[in-house]
Amino acid sequence: MTGSVVVVGGGTAGMEAAGQLAKAGLSVTLIEKEKELGGHLKEWYHLFPDRRNSVEVLDYLKKQIIHDKIKLLTGNSVGSFQKKGSDFTLNTSNGEVIKADAILLTTGFDLFKSERKEEYGYGIYDNVITSADLEIMFREKKLKLKNGKKPEKIGIVHCVGSRDEKAGNLYCSKLCCVTAVKQAIELKENLSECKVFCFYMDMRMGGALYEELYRESQEKYGISYIRGKVSEVGVNISNKLIVKVEDTLAGRPLKMELDLLVLMAGMEMSEGGTRIAEAAKLNRGENRFFAPADHHIGSNRSNVKGLFYAGTCTAPMNITETISHARGAVTDIIDYLKNGRK
Amino acid sequence: MEQFGFTLSKARVIDYDANDRTIIDFILEREPSLKSCIECGGCSATCTTGNFTSFSLREINILLKRGENKQVRKKIRQCMLCGKCLLVCPRGVNTRNVVFLAKLAFQKFDGHAV
Repeated sequence: MTGSVVVVGGGTAGMEAAGQLAKAGLSVTLIEKEKELGGHLKEWYHLFPDRRNSVEVLDYLKKQIIHDKIKLLTGNSVGSFQKKGSDFTLNTSNGEVIKADAILLTTGFDLFKSERKEEYGYGIYDNVITSADLEIMFREKKLKLKNGKKPEKIGIVHCVGSRDEKAGNLYCSKLCCVTAVKQAIELKENLSECKVFCFYMDMRMGGALYEELYRESQEKYGISYIRGKVSEVGVNISNKLIVKVEDTLAGRPLKMELDLLVLMAGMEMSEGGTRIAEAAKLNRGENRFFAPADHHIGSNRSNVKGLFYAGTCTAPMNITETISHARGAVTDIIDYLKNGRK
Repeated sequence: MEQFGFTLSKARVIDYDANDRTIIDFILEREPSLKSCIECGGCSATCTTGNFTSFSLREINILLKRGENKQVRKKIRQCMLCGKCLLVCPRGVNTRNVVFLAKLAFQKFDGHAV
């Protein structure tokens, strides 16, 4: 079939969709604001639940987009776009003008900026890091404290910037619980002598094999789980971190000295996506992500005919869901182009 | 006859059907934000009173919801209404008003202040 599609965002969803669209015979322009493709995936070390090296998935995606029908525009973003009849015209930040029959937004998410939860001390105390920082430490094999020593006692705080009215995010980011379990296991594998404590409100192990991983973390790795939301973090005179939490199951306040604290940063609508949403008057949900036309049977469609969504620009999703969602978008786009653009 | 020293213990179950929920109904009507409490304990972790006494606002909330009012009556006097819990609550519960309304409800329905 013929037709041209612009895919905005070269992360997991964008790369998968571009590949599938090209295979179906459509001409694709893939725009990515950064110099390199891969989005957040390229920052990961191992993926949950099977702790597969993220490079394998990234390699698959890179192969997907090697195709005559795909034109890559990296280091470029969407300035504005117009729609006349059913034809789109896009202007990129580098001054290119692209005509398209359909647009697919795969603008992804931004990580919650943990500095905003000031009481957790990110950016204030040396050894408070985020889940994203920890992935980089694993990848670079530089798992140590600021003073170069090995951490012996490590805390993990769930729901940082998620399910938190004070952070302005009422929704659950869904992936942080299982990321915490995965990272807790990997901390133990890297530092067999260390003790790891997860501070959680609810353990949301809804994905395939998540519960099994949670159980493995207890049985095989001895990870401790303490039910309570951390209220504040401080340091003592020997520069150790002190967390304050209520052990809600024991019914008493609890304090603990830690060497390292890992904040499970949530997911938020991306700045790039927000800009496009405002310019093109695209509907957004209470969670500020793009609101699909129909949550059950139209999760890839938008309120503009010919403009589609895929991946985490609509809601938090894992890699598996993102790839499936991208494929769903491709089916919807083909249907739209083949059947009268309705 | 041989005496084994057996006595009857009072059941420690929460008798949900027998319990009285007038107090919680009074509070929820005036402070509906309490409905969204998820028992995370953030309030109790930051509570100065809770660090020195058995006071826990999280516990108070759940006891009220179960109608275990007698225990609440005793405990609620310990709150100093400082409002630190308000700053922590991820669900935006107006925690201080809950304590205030509980005191008001006890006064209204029991006929005397806590």
